[in-house]
Amino acid sequence: MTDETESLIARLTDGLQPVKRLRPPTLRAAIWLGIVAVLGALFVMRFANLAMFVHRIGDPRLALELTGTLLTGILAVIAAFELSLPDRPITWSLLPAPSLVLWLGCSGFSCWRQWIVRGPDGLGKGETADCFLWIVGFGVPLAIALFVVLRRSRPLSPGPVAAMAGLGVASLAAFLLQFFHPFDVTFIDFGLHIAAVATVVVLARASARRGLNAF
Amino acid sequence: MAAAQAGDGGAYARVLREILPYVRAIVRRHHATPDRVEDVVQDVLLTLHRVRHTYDPARPFTAWLGAIAHRRSIDALRRKVRTDASETFSPAAYETYADPDANRDIAAHEDGAVLAEAIAALPPGQRQAVELLRLKEMSLAEASAASGQSVGALKVSLHRAIRAMQKALGGKVDS
Repeated sequence: MTDETESLIARLTDGLQPVKRLRPPTLRAAIWLGIVAVLGALFVMRFANLAMFVHRIGDPRLALELTGTLLTGILAVIAAFELSLPDRPITWSLLPAPSLVLWLGCSGFSCWRQWIVRGPDGLGKGETADCFLWIVGFGVPLAIALFVVLRRSRPLSPGPVAAMAGLGVASLAAFLLQFFHPFDVTFIDFGLHIAAVATVVVLARASARRGLNAF
Repeated sequence: MAAAQAGDGGAYARVLREILPYVRAIVRRHHATPDRVEDVVQDVLLTLHRVRHTYDPARPFTAWLGAIAHRRSIDALRRKVRTDASETFSPAAYETYADPDANRDIAAHEDGAVLAEAIAALPPGQRQAVELLRLKEMSLAEASAASGQSVGALKVSLHRAIRAMQKALGGKVDS
């Protein structure tokens, strides 16, 4: 052992303070998701047209799409908590992949159905162009709230953690959007949704090192 | 490690010393020179210290440690590649006071000046003996012929000169 290394060990161990061990990542994810769920439920009950939503959710395709959206949000957040720890393999980032495929598949199928039913009109922009702003507008504050919790882990590889966090919050925002989205998506809507999710993921990824207090 | 998380400095020191061979073995897979390996090992220890709250005693310690060592080795390698791509090694840059080891020549010049003063302060016979036998590296016979002093007188003068200079320089002069 070199003198410098021995001296470093002496400095690190001298006056060592106890540290509070992190709770298991799934528990931390569950607490964070629980708080977001409560706030989201309050928001929906206060502002959403639930009767319209109950009517729409009778369509199994939409129910499946929403399941995919919600599962993608939950699993991506869990993956972010897991990946924030040093000994978790990068394969955790595949956790939300099946539900993401389900979400995008159902949404894509909906677009295709719109195109078949409505002809050329089904290709165009739906009744809203606000989807993009909605997902980004809810996704960014949620991402900040998630970063605040994730930064306690001081991840060694912040990129994948931030990307998973971005995907998770954007998916949750997209799920929330469905309570205020009284129509099926067209291809343009679908593209806007994907662009919005990608924007949140890119923003999260770009602010990974500083936002997550990484090395 | 669990004891270290609880603030036991002794246990922590034991852990850090015992993991060094394992950490070095991982770092050596990515870095070749001993100095560089030791730099990265120290970086791993610092990182481990900062994230020690992330260790879960219910999970394998070596997997946690190995992941940290591997990650920091790769990071160091990337930093080196970036640095090498934008910076050029210049030996002349070390001819400054930034690196203490690089100042040996300058220190030698400073020592030379002090030595010259000490020689100048010697009595003429002793100074001549030092100049001929040490600085000009003459043999005793050559110095005797050049100075007119006998070989014995030269030996005595040199011996006294060295003693006087040792006294003057605080023992820095080898005979």
